[in-house]
Amino acid sequence: MVSWIERLGDEFLYLVEELGRAGIFLFFSLAGIFKPPYKPYAILRQIQFIGASSVFVIFFTASFTGMVLGLQGYYTLRQFGSEGLLGSAVALSLIRELGPVLTALMVTGRAGSAICAEMGILRISQQIDALECMGIDPFRFLLAPKYVAALISLPLLTLIFDVVGIYGGYFVGVKLLGTNAGAYFVSMQRSVVLEDITMGLAKSVCFGLLMVWICAFTGYMVGLMKRPVFGAEGVSRATTAAVVLSSVSILLWDYLLTAVLL
Amino acid sequence: MNQTPVIRLVDVTKSFGKQVVLDRINLEIYPGQGTVVVGKSGQGKSVLLKIMLGLLRPDRGQVIVLGRDISRISSRELTEIRLRFGVLFQGGALFDSMTVLDNVALPLRERTKLTESEIGKKVMETLALLGIEESRLKYPAQISGGMQKRVALARALQMDPEIVLFDEPTTGLDPSTSNEIYNMFYLTHERLHYTAIIVSHDIPRVFNLADQVVVLHNSRIQECATPDQIQRSRNPFVRELLDPTMGPVYLSEEAEDLNETT
Repeated sequence: MVSWIERLGDEFLYLVEELGRAGIFLFFSLAGIFKPPYKPYAILRQIQFIGASSVFVIFFTASFTGMVLGLQGYYTLRQFGSEGLLGSAVALSLIRELGPVLTALMVTGRAGSAICAEMGILRISQQIDALECMGIDPFRFLLAPKYVAALISLPLLTLIFDVVGIYGGYFVGVKLLGTNAGAYFVSMQRSVVLEDITMGLAKSVCFGLLMVWICAFTGYMVGLMKRPVFGAEGVSRATTAAVVLSSVSILLWDYLLTAVLL
Repeated sequence: MNQTPVIRLVDVTKSFGKQVVLDRINLEIYPGQGTVVVGKSGQGKSVLLKIMLGLLRPDRGQVIVLGRDISRISSRELTEIRLRFGVLFQGGALFDSMTVLDNVALPLRERTKLTESEIGKKVMETLALLGIEESRLKYPAQISGGMQKRVALARALQMDPEIVLFDEPTTGLDPSTSNEIYNMFYLTHERLHYTAIIVSHDIPRVFNLADQVVVLHNSRIQECATPDQIQRSRNPFVRELLDPTMGPVYLSEEAEDLNETT
């Protein structure tokens, strides 16, 4: 019984320590952004990787999300005879919720996993140690460009998601199911206010930070945890853990942010 | 010896959990010397290196490097001290997404204000010294293990370090490649006069590089003496380490002594 309580306390203390480590990691990474020499080329390459290469996936996800919203929305709204509000329903759910959340989840799957695996491999092949020994700050050199790129890319991808999704809804609602095109856009224009868009963007910035933070931290700590798993298996487990943890955190934060911002 | 030591360990103790890895280690390393640390695997050799580099902090004791106790200085000062170190990692720890040229140029690009053409010139000199200028545009995965070690050495020597640490420089290499690495060591050591610390279990050949040999066993320094004295040592741990590869040297000499007296 005592040992059981002991173990519980031990786990809890470890969790607190781990959160502390993650906090310090975030602090160093953000501090690394402002440390010269800056790395504009590395940032551009990361934007290319996290942002530009995700455009196709985002485009695809967004168009089908918008289309299914148009379909579902149409049949639900028709029961109340208010198909005219379809544009508003599609736009609000995309801009406030689905845009930022689905973008962040897709980018986590695509780029977050890659960031985690990359950091993990750098760790296990001693490349991070090598950087430190050369007096090169790994936070500035490796991590800061990823943070900057994610903070720039996620809001932009979210905006693309919103626009593409709205046209997906338009395609199904107006072109296939025949609601009025004018009503679709007018209802949208009447109901969407600037706060909706800033809220969506604020969310996507938070999600971007969460995604890089969790994925990079998990990769960085491969082999350094309490019950360490080393080598290739360590990297594979860390990558899985990073994607799961960061997706769950994104959904959790989505709820919290919505509760605070609304 | 009247010089001040470049590295002085005083009562350094380090344990992981309940396992004591280093137990009250005292060691002095003088400028320009070659120190070889030998011991079976798992006797704390690599931990000793990491402590000298400040990658790990000792639980107790002082690590005085170039006059400063590195277990008690700020990370900024530690970075400055690390610039005077070169490290050759066990696996090379080359940055595998960069070419040989970029690998060797990295410390210069990140830590000095030299122009790109000055860097190029300096890098090519080092590559030529080590005979690897042909492979400068290849990636680490495209060259042999011996070549990788040479690139790693080139990178370690790029900042004109005062101290160079070698972590198992010949482990996993065939005898002729090992010889090559030893030749590289002679060549560069003669030219650049750095203080070398070599962790190895390539006994006896590594003794040729040493002014001082340190034998680690059971977390303690069993013996610290010149290679000659080590080879004649009667310490059972030293014999256990040496006999399988060198044969019981002192026995034959004693036998000779006996022959002479009789």
